[in-house]
Amino acid sequence: MDRTPGSPLLLQLAAALPADGLIADAERLSPYASDGLSMYRELPLAVALPQTAAEAQSVLRVCHAAGVPVIARGAGTGLAGGALPRSDAVVLSLARLKRIVRVDPLARVAVVEPGVRNAAISEAAAAYGLYYAPDPSSQIACTIGGNVAENSGGVHCLKYGLTVHNVMGVRGLLADGSELVIGGAAPDASGLDVLALLIGSEGLLAVITEVTVRLLPRPRVAQVVMASFASVEDAGDAVAGIIGAGIIPAGLEMMDALATRAVEDFVHAGYPLDAAAILLAESDGTADEVADEIARIEAVCRQHGATSLTTSQSEAQRLKLWAGRKAAFPAVGRITPDYYCMDGTIPKKHLSAVLRRIAELSERHGLACANVFHAGDGNLHPLIFYNANQSGDLERAEAFGLDILRACVEAGGTITGEHGVGVEKLDAMCVQFVAPELAAFHAVKAAFDPAGVLNPGKAVPTLHRCAEMGAVHVHGGQVLHPQLPRF
Amino acid sequence: MDTLASQIEGGAQTARVASPEEALLADAVRTAAAEGRVLHIVGGGSKVGLGGVPRGSPLSTSALSGIVDYDPAELVVTVRAGTPLAVLQGELARHGQMLPFEPPDWPGATVGGVIASGISGPRRPFAGSVRDALLGVRLLDGRGQVLQFGGRVMKNVAGFDLFRLQAGAWGRLGVVLEASFRVLPRPESEVTVTQRLSAAEALERMNRLAGQPLPLSAAAHVGGVLHLRVSGSNAGVTAALSSLGGDRLPVDVAAAFWASSAGLPPAAAIESDASVAAPLWRLAVPSTTRSLAAEGEVAIDWVGGLRWLRSDAPAEVVRALAAGLGGHAAAWRGNLACPVMHPLDPVTAQLHRRLFAVFDPHSVFDHGRFDAA
Ligand SMILES: Cc1cc2nc3c(=O)[nH]c(=O)nc-3n(C[C@H](O)[C@H](O)[C@H](O)COP(=O)(O)OP(=O)(O)OC[C@H]3O[C@@H](n4cnc5c(N)ncnc54)[C@H](O)[C@@H]3O)c2cc1C
Ligand SMILES: Cc1cc2nc3c(=O)[nH]c(=O)nc-3n(C[C@H](O)[C@H](O)[C@H](O)COP(=O)(O)OP(=O)(O)OC[C@H]3O[C@@H](n4cnc5c(N)ncnc54)[C@H](O)[C@@H]3O)c2cc1C
Repeated sequence: MDRTPGSPLLLQLAAALPADGLIADAERLSPYASDGLSMYRELPLAVALPQTAAEAQSVLRVCHAAGVPVIARGAGTGLAGGALPRSDAVVLSLARLKRIVRVDPLARVAVVEPGVRNAAISEAAAAYGLYYAPDPSSQIACTIGGNVAENSGGVHCLKYGLTVHNVMGVRGLLADGSELVIGGAAPDASGLDVLALLIGSEGLLAVITEVTVRLLPRPRVAQVVMASFASVEDAGDAVAGIIGAGIIPAGLEMMDALATRAVEDFVHAGYPLDAAAILLAESDGTADEVADEIARIEAVCRQHGATSLTTSQSEAQRLKLWAGRKAAFPAVGRITPDYYCMDGTIPKKHLSAVLRRIAELSERHGLACANVFHAGDGNLHPLIFYNANQSGDLERAEAFGLDILRACVEAGGTITGEHGVGVEKLDAMCVQFVAPELAAFHAVKAAFDPAGVLNPGKAVPTLHRCAEMGAVHVHGGQVLHPQLPRF
Repeated sequence: MDTLASQIEGGAQTARVASPEEALLADAVRTAAAEGRVLHIVGGGSKVGLGGVPRGSPLSTSALSGIVDYDPAELVVTVRAGTPLAVLQGELARHGQMLPFEPPDWPGATVGGVIASGISGPRRPFAGSVRDALLGVRLLDGRGQVLQFGGRVMKNVAGFDLFRLQAGAWGRLGVVLEASFRVLPRPESEVTVTQRLSAAEALERMNRLAGQPLPLSAAAHVGGVLHLRVSGSNAGVTAALSSLGGDRLPVDVAAAFWASSAGLPPAAAIESDASVAAPLWRLAVPSTTRSLAAEGEVAIDWVGGLRWLRSDAPAEVVRALAAGLGGHAAAWRGNLACPVMHPLDPVTAQLHRRLFAVFDPHSVFDHGRFDAA
């Protein structure tokens, strides 16, 4: 396979696509060389930009017949290298499939193409007082197809769920181009719950070409409490206290001192600079519900030693308080040349212990780390500071990151809460799963894609890779599933 | 031998350690696989008629009993699969919490049976289904291996979601040994109001209301009466009631109504009347689907997404009706010679066969109840 103009593969792809639908020159390929995990870069063979599902199907058929890997791509905001190209692969961008097929306000569903941006769904539903609940911080850019592939979450997922809880059906294409229709506007489908399996499958099982999402009524009122604490422990206890009191806040977020300061310098959201940790707890619903819940949240925070409390008194103030949290990543990006975002999840009760461990690791690896935390559901985003231009820094950051994920698994948690495995957490997968489980993942992949064409090498490490890490012992060179690719 | 364990040296990361009870079940599965026998997994053995008489020898999960881990502030509970559902619900209630999907509590039902049958109650459109609440499972596959997918935390995207796949799999992919669920606080207040309406009017009203920011937690139409339930804080429920109108049901009447899965007759009645009444069908359809009264609709639940039909029509006719509406039909009760589940299209059916082979290459687990593929 080569990128030479006129190669048989490129001719076939060009024939399947609209006039400007194929990119194969290095200059125009370069924006596709990485996703949000920009430390890894590779130019693909070509980028295909279909405008319809039928064109996407033709691309898959051509590539399947030629044995060329296909890597689906939405907006490329993924943080785990899921959409990272390979030099022998075609990137299938779904970004031009961006039609909102229909919004049905009475049935409270929207049917959209995969390239529709997450925020565009809520914009289209707003006229009916409805919205699409999962709201990743990247929502103005990321696509619903990428959200489905990653099972993305957002700051409101404690109360309203992840992508998997808000998607009712998909249409997709298998690696060989055959059409898959799973679910729809009905509450469930016959047979196994294949929809749940497809959501979060990181582009390994099928290419999503249409998504039916559930829309929710926009709450009448929302208010947020910002509480500061003199220690991370107090803030963690307040989180447990709120949930223990039977409250499920619409959002419950925590930031440590380093993250708070970075954000405050950047957006001036009014965060206190002397707090060891701040908590943002939102309540939404009818006016009576919110008034009641906010009062209870404030009481719990006070009880757990909050050193200051600010409750939004207007929509503008609420948005300002949230703007800080939503800008946490870029804010940190201003105070360090590079940062590496981790995504472990832990049982909330181990928060203090894990944060202490991260502080120790930070010292040991000689790299600073700011913590942003979806506190309500135990999802940590430690942001490791490093400098890519300093030799050895990236390696240290990665080693630090893997140690953090080990600590999460040891605490009974997981290596990724919402960003996915991609290429980034392949080693960490060896820590979390045993060999027969990894073999089951490979076998499920083969059930959907026997030829291994869709996004090969991502999301599930080979057993050999784990063996090299010392996590799995392969006996006497005998290899499991010898037909599967290594590395 | 195809067991992976035989190819991999022992070591902490090479296999999950089975408890003694799990090891006994694993032995039984391996023996059945070696001898080419079929097993059917029995939880509470509530012996319901779906899928006819199970084949093979029973494999009981009753030794797998008890709550493994429960910390109310985590909103997570981990429980062994043979635990009676009533025991789990009792423990959650003691801490002011509940399973979000409101499973029907049939006498003797186990946690594993509830997961395997994937049956959710009236709260489902508002709080999610069985699989929505599932966070992880320990599974015994058809090779006798213990596998662990998902976890005990709220968010987890490591690996494919093979745990959610167990919900509604009727034990076809293996024995669920242990499961973790996300739980919810019990609402401070819960009130049901009724209003006499035609099915068509009720469908319109419940769909409209579900699009408004109200603390609705169930909406069903049975016997010419729309039942609406609101749940939440006292303040929120009181405010919602004033805008809803209707007659308030006494608390115990309301509880009994919703517990019977939107007014379906209790188990015994369904069993005994199977010979006289027309077969009972479960249709899942888009919530705004027209009233199917002319086709035998006896109850509407889930804001219109779930329809119960009594129909003597041939299975193909009921299935064509459901498919034409964008849904599917399961033959729930009655003397029907057709498959229980709505037949799958060829692409999905092939995926099912391959997935069965991944988990159960020797076809150890009974698939009488899972014949859609
Ligand atoms: C600043 C910032 C903030 C973020 N905040 C959050 C957050 O709060 N919560 C969160 O969960 N994530 C967050 N993310 C991560 C990222 O935005 C999500 O993972 C998002 O879902 C990726 O969507 P995308 O369209 O950019 O997908 P891409 O990055 O293009 O692709 C992601 C994966 O999906 C696959 N894929 C894409 N489209 C399809 C398709 N149509 N069919 C099959 N597979 C497909 C790709 O192969 C790849 O494996 C953040 C990222 C950034 C940069
Ligand atoms: C046709 C039908 C109609 C029903 N209608 C109602 C109703 O109207 N109201 C109501 O309340 N309940 C109803 N149920 C009962 C429902 O099955 C129960 O709610 C409960 O889930 C059964 O639990 P059990 O432990 O008795 O399971 P069992 O009856 O023992 O098993 C049910 C199924 O689950 C599998 N299974 C059991 N345990 C496991 C495990 N650990 N791992 C893997 N698979 C397992 C079995 O193989 C079997 O396929 C109905 C069931 C059926 C089949």
